[in-house]
Amino acid sequence: MREPRIGVYVCHCGSNIAGTVDVEEVVGSARDLDGVAVARDYKFCCSDPGQDMIRADIAKLGLNRIVVAACSPTMHEVTFRRVCQDSGINPYLFEMANIREQCSWVTEDKGKATEKAKSLLGAAVRRVFYQQPLETRKVSINPSALVVGGGIAGIQAALKIADAGYKVYLVEREPTIGGHMAQLDKTFPTLDCSSCILTPKMTLVGSHPNIELMTYSEVDEVSGYIGNFKVKIRKKARFVDEKKCNGCGICQEKCPFKADSEFDAGMGKRKVIYTPFAQAVPNIPVIDREHCVYFLKGKCRACERFCEVGAIDFEQEDRIVEVEVGTIILATGYGVFDPTPIYQYGYKRLDNVITSLEFERLVSSTGPTDGKIVLKDGSAPRSIAIIHCVGSRDKNYHEYCSNVCCMYSLKYSHLIKEKIDAVVYQLYIDMRCFGKGYEEFYKRLSEEGVFFVRGKVSEVTDEAVNEEEGRLTVVAEDTLLGSIIKLPVDMVILSCALEPQPDAEAIGRLFNVSRSADGFFMEKHSKLDPVATMSDGIFLAGCCQGPKDIPHAVAQGLSAAGEALSLISKGEVEIEAATAVIDERICSACQICKLVCPYSAISFDEEKVVCQVNEALCKGCGACVGGCPGDAISLNHFTNEQILAQMEGMLL
Amino acid sequence: METLTPFKEAVDVVLEAGGEPLRTCYQCGLCSGTCPWNLVRSFIVRRIIHQAQLGLVDFESEEVWQCATCGACVKRCPRGVEIIDIMRALRKVIAEVGVAKVPDSLRISVKNISSLGNPQGEAPEKRGDWAKDRDIRTFTEGTDLLYLSCCVPAYDGKIRRIALATTDILNKAGIGFGILGENESCCGESVRKSGSETVFQSLAESNIETFTKNGVERIMVSSPHCYHSFKNEYPEFGGKFEVIHSTQYLWELIKEKKIEFKRELNKKVAYSDPCYLGRHNDIYDAPRDVLKSIPGLELMELPDSHEQAVCCGGGGGRIWMDTPKGERFSDLRLEQALEMGADVLAVACPYCMLNFDDSVLTMSKESLIEIKDVAELVQEAI
Ligand SMILES: Cc1cc2nc3c(=O)[nH]c(=O)nc-3n(C[C@H](O)[C@H](O)[C@H](O)COP(=O)(O)OP(=O)(O)OC[C@H]3O[C@@H](n4cnc5c(N)ncnc54)[C@H](O)[C@@H]3O)c2cc1C
Repeated sequence: MREPRIGVYVCHCGSNIAGTVDVEEVVGSARDLDGVAVARDYKFCCSDPGQDMIRADIAKLGLNRIVVAACSPTMHEVTFRRVCQDSGINPYLFEMANIREQCSWVTEDKGKATEKAKSLLGAAVRRVFYQQPLETRKVSINPSALVVGGGIAGIQAALKIADAGYKVYLVEREPTIGGHMAQLDKTFPTLDCSSCILTPKMTLVGSHPNIELMTYSEVDEVSGYIGNFKVKIRKKARFVDEKKCNGCGICQEKCPFKADSEFDAGMGKRKVIYTPFAQAVPNIPVIDREHCVYFLKGKCRACERFCEVGAIDFEQEDRIVEVEVGTIILATGYGVFDPTPIYQYGYKRLDNVITSLEFERLVSSTGPTDGKIVLKDGSAPRSIAIIHCVGSRDKNYHEYCSNVCCMYSLKYSHLIKEKIDAVVYQLYIDMRCFGKGYEEFYKRLSEEGVFFVRGKVSEVTDEAVNEEEGRLTVVAEDTLLGSIIKLPVDMVILSCALEPQPDAEAIGRLFNVSRSADGFFMEKHSKLDPVATMSDGIFLAGCCQGPKDIPHAVAQGLSAAGEALSLISKGEVEIEAATAVIDERICSACQICKLVCPYSAISFDEEKVVCQVNEALCKGCGACVGGCPGDAISLNHFTNEQILAQMEGMLL
Repeated sequence: METLTPFKEAVDVVLEAGGEPLRTCYQCGLCSGTCPWNLVRSFIVRRIIHQAQLGLVDFESEEVWQCATCGACVKRCPRGVEIIDIMRALRKVIAEVGVAKVPDSLRISVKNISSLGNPQGEAPEKRGDWAKDRDIRTFTEGTDLLYLSCCVPAYDGKIRRIALATTDILNKAGIGFGILGENESCCGESVRKSGSETVFQSLAESNIETFTKNGVERIMVSSPHCYHSFKNEYPEFGGKFEVIHSTQYLWELIKEKKIEFKRELNKKVAYSDPCYLGRHNDIYDAPRDVLKSIPGLELMELPDSHEQAVCCGGGGGRIWMDTPKGERFSDLRLEQALEMGADVLAVACPYCMLNFDDSVLTMSKESLIEIKDVAELVQEAI
């Protein structure tokens, strides 16, 4: 190898660094370090002239290693690696010292900041001395995609990819696609009928030649890596032959037994053989095994008797289907907070205290009351209180704001007024109407005549007396009046939080996607990489990433599709060369590395009796290196020699 | 026209006094609606916090002294604001910085505690008098258990029944225990809640010294206020003792069959959760388990129980202040018990007993209901 000739560049980052760090002193300190051929400072090294300066030095001075002391490598490592590559230097012969986030931004003490910057730079220079050229490799991208979850976000993503001409497997665990949007009556802020805008999309999915729809199905296993995932999908037994069933519906008509309807949020009943709602896609029923009297008692089979095409199949079993895809989009949506633990709100304890989702079904013309807003006893409520932030913005439940409750609560005022003559109270903490057309909607609803009370409800009781007996009383401080108010009402709607799906943790583990503190799946970067995840090739869409409204869920679905299509159209990706290598001669097959690897990148070769690293999955985190009791694993670009040199550079 | 300007210096004084939690409050008003005061008169907790946020608290106002530190608001607060700490800070600014006057009755009680070790202003030598005609030993090194009765049973002839019943049971069960008599003094819990932090701290330090000097390791208390202070506050000053509330101890004795019931108690008993046992220390089951194990006794749950329990009004120093008739929570609670047809309202706190006894008297309900400590009921049945 050639004698190292190192170029060192210290960035001012405007005043971000130079305001706290004495840049000239830092440059001066680097000049005498071993192997340094040139050291300069510059206002913005990442700018075009900054990059050109480095390129010119490389050409003129024959540099063969570069160090830039500037911001975090997560910002500009790519930039400078590219500069190196352009000039014929292997990008792994570049090293970055972070003297901004780890130095100038964390102190106001100029002396100390300068000392630390010198020490960080010294470490980088010493380290780069020992760095070795590495080759990145390319893997091809399988053009098929997997979308998990058939709510509006997943539907949009699937349609976009399929329309571009690529195969999509859409896996939905319920008997139909549609997700929560199918349960909504009308949608804010435009008040268009939810199913009117949703069902055409569902039909498109059902008939799209490029979409293989698997409902009543779940992903069991995922292996592989970006571009080359292998996925095992469990098609749960429907007990109805999908090929034979013509969707005539006679089985549902004739089934003598009923169970609570999940679709109607438990407000109504459905048959035991059922499609969740009339426009279900696919229009193929399932038998609810838990409630089917034939499965329970061995007698009935009414559906079978009436089915003209012989589609009922009590012998059907779960089936595992294996597919290969290059990209995966998670669109598993949200769950609705169960307000039972908030004792003082009386949910499940007091009649006529219902959740928002229950109200959506109550007010929907396809719901259990055909859209009539009625109390338990069938009469119409004269007044209704809508309690905001139930389970949201509350550290006892969910600390985050659920983003949509203010708006859907406002929507209810309108839906109520449209149907009955009732007084509506909105009990809110802050009105958050941030989207396009939302403030206008708020104004419109205010003009329709709603009582706004600013205060978090402290109690709902049935202790009303005299003429109010039998009604509910809502107690709160009206914080604008500074008085306690008691509202006699007939119905209370709890605007419940959107929360992570109950199985989010398991699904996260299955797909190797981490979750943020709120429990939702975590995006790679909250602003600049909002649908990618830390697992390459896996993207997020919709409420599985955080509570959001339909417009945002749709936008994310399309953006995840864009990410997938971008990979598909490129056809291949480069993968990081800084991966772990196992010295097979030393490996004792203890498999500890396999246990500690967070990316499932290590497998055990039964024949050779050694562990092996799948370079496409390896992220170079080094956990296995630390875990290996026999020192059999080393990490490219983080060799012991390099790390020791770095420490030496720092301490000198 | 009156206009207001935020007063930063006043905010700083409150923050300095321990009021930091006020920064977290987002003014939703859940505390006001939850506060039991609003069952009897207006008390807008949120507004006081907002005033404190802007440095506009009216320190002359009696509102500063109103909070009974029952903790109902804190349990529900969506931002987890330690509202009691804010109230404590406001009081501290009055009591220790001196920006306004401490109400007389409170001031005298705290002064008595500071000089004599009890709020009543009684002689320390008489503290052990309640135990005179019983076989109760003075605690010495090696005794298993120290029993502390709290100042109220020690000096108040009517409330003494708590201490007597408790120690009678211990004697019957053959438990080795002792008292410190004249060496005992107030735990200081309510002193601290009244804002007299310095007095509290010197009480804590001298009590810790007394306990340590006498080789105390385990303490059984009748008052949830003592329990709270010894268990959660004394460790701040280096005092680490095993602290047990009498109801917990009784439940242990019952489970271990060290006490056995001989009589049936055919009574309907409603149990009122003391705030400092329930909400502040999450002890809901032990007193109920004890009551349920008494043969014949029918345990009733008041409409607001466990975490929802309504305070008797005696916490936060309120026990030493006068509450006008018509504004006493204990009256409401007693009415609830009467409405349910309870023969006994069982308590597990001397302050509760003091307040409920008073409600029975002032409401003339002596013939309808009795107030008893859980220990009294046990003692009647063994
Ligand atoms: C009461 C209420 C009213 C609302 N009103 C409005 C409104 O008026 N306007 C508006 O814009 N927004 C509204 N919203 C928000 C709206 O519901 C969401 O923005 C939207 O439904 C999000 O769609 P999604 O596809 O991300 O999730 P979801 O609709 O939850 O869909 C997720 C899908 O994934 C499936 N799934 C989950 N886990 C798995 C798995 N492991 N394997 C396979 N499939 C899985 C689910 O079965 C479901 O079909 C409202 C929300 C609520 C709670």
